[in-house]
Amino acid sequence: MKRALALVERDMRKFRRSPALLFASLVMPLVQLVILGNAFGGNIKNVWLGVVNLDHGPKSVDVLERVRAVGANARTFLPTDYDDEGAAVRDLRKGVLSGVLIIPRHYSRDLLEQHQPHLALITDNTDRSVAGAVGEQMSTLVASINAPQVTPREASQAALDVVEVYPYVDYIKYLLPGSVALAIFMTAMIGGGLLFIDDKARGLHEGYMVTPITKWELIVGFNLSGVIKAALAGETVLVLGAVVARVPNFFQPMRVLELTFMVILTSIALIGLMFFIMARISDPLVPRAIFGVLNTLLFFPSGAIYPIAGFPKWLRVMSQCDPFTYAVHAFRTLLLKDVGITAVTTDIVALLLTSAVVLAGATSLFRRTL
Amino acid sequence: MRAHPVPASDQAISVEGISKRFGALVAVDNVSFRVPAGEIFGLLGPNGAGKSTLIRMLTTLVPPTSGTAVVAGYDIVHDPNSVRTRIGVIPQNMTSDPELTCAENLGIHARLYGMTGERRRQRTEELLEAVNLSDRANALAATLSGGMRRRLEIARGLVHDPQILFLDEPTTGLDPVSRISVWEMISHLRAQQGRTLFLTTHYMDEADRLCDRVAIVDKGRIVALDTPVALKASVPGASRIELQFDRDLPGGAAELERLPAAKSVRALGSATYRISSDRGPASAQELVELARSRNLELKSLSVQSTSLDDVFLHYTGHALAEMPENEASANRRRKGGH
Repeated sequence: MKRALALVERDMRKFRRSPALLFASLVMPLVQLVILGNAFGGNIKNVWLGVVNLDHGPKSVDVLERVRAVGANARTFLPTDYDDEGAAVRDLRKGVLSGVLIIPRHYSRDLLEQHQPHLALITDNTDRSVAGAVGEQMSTLVASINAPQVTPREASQAALDVVEVYPYVDYIKYLLPGSVALAIFMTAMIGGGLLFIDDKARGLHEGYMVTPITKWELIVGFNLSGVIKAALAGETVLVLGAVVARVPNFFQPMRVLELTFMVILTSIALIGLMFFIMARISDPLVPRAIFGVLNTLLFFPSGAIYPIAGFPKWLRVMSQCDPFTYAVHAFRTLLLKDVGITAVTTDIVALLLTSAVVLAGATSLFRRTL
Repeated sequence: MRAHPVPASDQAISVEGISKRFGALVAVDNVSFRVPAGEIFGLLGPNGAGKSTLIRMLTTLVPPTSGTAVVAGYDIVHDPNSVRTRIGVIPQNMTSDPELTCAENLGIHARLYGMTGERRRQRTEELLEAVNLSDRANALAATLSGGMRRRLEIARGLVHDPQILFLDEPTTGLDPVSRISVWEMISHLRAQQGRTLFLTTHYMDEADRLCDRVAIVDKGRIVALDTPVALKASVPGASRIELQFDRDLPGGAAELERLPAAKSVRALGSATYRISSDRGPASAQELVELARSRNLELKSLSVQSTSLDDVFLHYTGHALAEMPENEASANRRRKGGH
């Protein structure tokens, strides 16, 4: 074990001397957290909606007033009047407008005669998010038009009250667990995989193999130094991210301890995975070629940026085999729900199992000779 | 693994029928030899001859396909870790970490041999002093010149005071001044400490100057093994004469072979010939007379004593620099680039 510590000492000295590695490992997760967290988190506002009034009756004025009220207050869309239906649709196709509302001829008369007139909303469905937001806002607006003017003496409709059990979670908080796992993974890729192969290609490993260090000590040394670096990166992003995302009550000692435990466990699993993948690779180009693919395969199916419930079945199966999934779930549970370590027992077991499997595989693949 | 020492003898290295195959390629072919303790032993051969593979087997980096060797009293196949604790290795590649200082490189290497604390610090200082790098103790290895870096490698190999030191191409890539500095260090190591040194080289002058005995390796086999003096004496002709006429000799090489002092003649092209002779000056006189009688002009004439180049040529049939490139590079590829 003394000899394994020589490898740890070597890596720590290099790590301290080269802050570029820590910087490179932290920058991407933090930039992603800040940019994606703010880009995806907000409500859609200020999209242009063309309004074509072919009716000009009193009920169409009511619609126009409600549309303008949205434009002045919620500002989901900003209405602009068109006389010609064709011109409005042409502007929609050109991208000037994100939707066109058409109030048909005889709308007021049909409404008064209870003939159920139809308002038409044409949306640019190449952008599903904007189209969905405009559609949702218009549905609310139409529901308000249809609401009875006089409250019925006896309520006949059931109502649903939604109660949120946790304080409001904006998208940046939702993204933070994935950013922590990503920081650990980036360090595992750069500080674990890339440097390991580069050192091997530069002949540094040959220098260790002529000494009495055993295969076990080599494996322990390489992995332990990788885990220390990855855990430092994960812990740094965890603290900085929690401050940036304003996670409530983050600095409770017990909570920090539990999160640190998960950071270390995730580091062991991901460094072990990297060591397993790199055990037989010698060409320094290989890790550079596969890291992009690995990142996509592990990060995106993990539910870090979008809920797993929205995935097709094959992708859900993939996410169940992905150690990232359990890390992200554990961090999210501990960060956003603050329910204690027992709530993430499944994640702990999954990460321990992953660590055991990949380290056993790496041990059998790793060769003590050239 | 438990160590099983082989019965003590005065042999530092004893190699018995060792071979290494990489697929269809035989890199080392049934090689046997012994190196007594305290000797500087050299493996001489061109790139791709199998020297690095042989040294890597002896230093436990590569397992042999067949045969074995006893190094420092332990079998390389059965007790590799016992061998590792008793040998120092300076590989062909620079294996010191360029992002660590000289002192850190030595300190970490010392830790790999189980040294800690004051003993480690003291040993690091001693070695930096021994290789004249004390003033660069805190300089990154990346900032050292090639010669300094090689001296650092030698210090690393000596960190645990090994019985046997293996040096794989210790001066390859160094400038002449650095080469001489490394040679002096190698000679000093043996003279001061009576250590066994095993080195590979493809430089004739290096083998001639440093080694007590030299094994000539070609295509994975040892074709000759003796002291440099004995090897040179084994080649017919104590002198080597190279000459160039202004035009081709009418009778060619056969006419030169008829000269009384000539042992063998080789035509090198462009009216140039190489003659082995027991009597260099007498042969030179005969050649001058021959040129005059044939109305030829001697453009150049040199007489040299036999060198290990001639020995290599004699035993392998080709000069050291004439190793077929495709064969050498194929060997290097199979062995991982060396």
